[in-house]
Amino acid sequence: MNNILNQVGIENYIFLSVILFCIGVFGVLYRRNAIIVFMSIEIMLNAVNLLFVAFSTYHQDAQGQVFVFFSMAVAAAEVAVGLAILVSIFRNMGTIDVGNLKNLKG
Amino acid sequence: MIQIPDIANATPIQILFCVLSVITLATAFLTIYSKNPIHSAIYLVICFFSIAGHYLLLNAQFLAIVHVIVYSGAIMILFLFTVMLMNLNKENEVHKPRVTRLGAIVMFCLMCLVLIAIFINSKPIVGEYVTTGEDYQSIKVLGKVLLNEYMVPFEFASVLLLVAMIGSVLLSKKEKLEK
Repeated sequence: MNNILNQVGIENYIFLSVILFCIGVFGVLYRRNAIIVFMSIEIMLNAVNLLFVAFSTYHQDAQGQVFVFFSMAVAAAEVAVGLAILVSIFRNMGTIDVGNLKNLKG
Repeated sequence: MIQIPDIANATPIQILFCVLSVITLATAFLTIYSKNPIHSAIYLVICFFSIAGHYLLLNAQFLAIVHVIVYSGAIMILFLFTVMLMNLNKENEVHKPRVTRLGAIVMFCLMCLVLIAIFINSKPIVGEYVTTGEDYQSIKVLGKVLLNEYMVPFEFASVLLLVAMIGSVLLSKKEKLEK
């Protein structure tokens, strides 16, 4: 069987990742719910991971996949801590609307 | 330039790639668009599964399995539990002002346009893709690279996970009232 990059092409993976990343940015800007903002950050991380794997296949190098492995570990840690912070914010303020978090505003 | 693929002569892998991409983009958009956070979480699970499908298409089986376990398993359970803990499954979110939302949409379009234009116009050196037949992404090779060249970062990742675990337990613990 031929390799997929012969048939699909690396450009299509680049375009897919770019659009996925832009959707993530759009979510961060568009929504006020902090959980959805977190999900958008996950989408952005995944877009970059997908491009890493595509280029790892393109260059036939295992190091890109190892890097994706580390990035997944960091993403898991980030989500655990971030959601704990959100729970604590919710307990103290009763909302996770990012528009209401303006205690630091002068 | 982008080559327009001819639909009539598309190979099964190209069709699979198109279907997976459409699923990925549509569910990613619906994650952001749907008002109920639980629906968002479900759409995000579908999005992650389709990305695992992309990894399988690229012949990275190990990463596909890890992706399903970590993202669709652990992270989504965390999200769902948090949403249910906060009892947010009401659709009472106040929207941002119209100017901000319009700005977000304009920003999205501009960013897509600029990034895609950059990637088209920079004419990256995309040579003809050749396979040497060398094994570079089986679990055997990945394990060797991970534990030989990336030994220290690997150990630091475990420290990072430990710190994250302790930190999230401490953060979400109820504070005792001072007496």
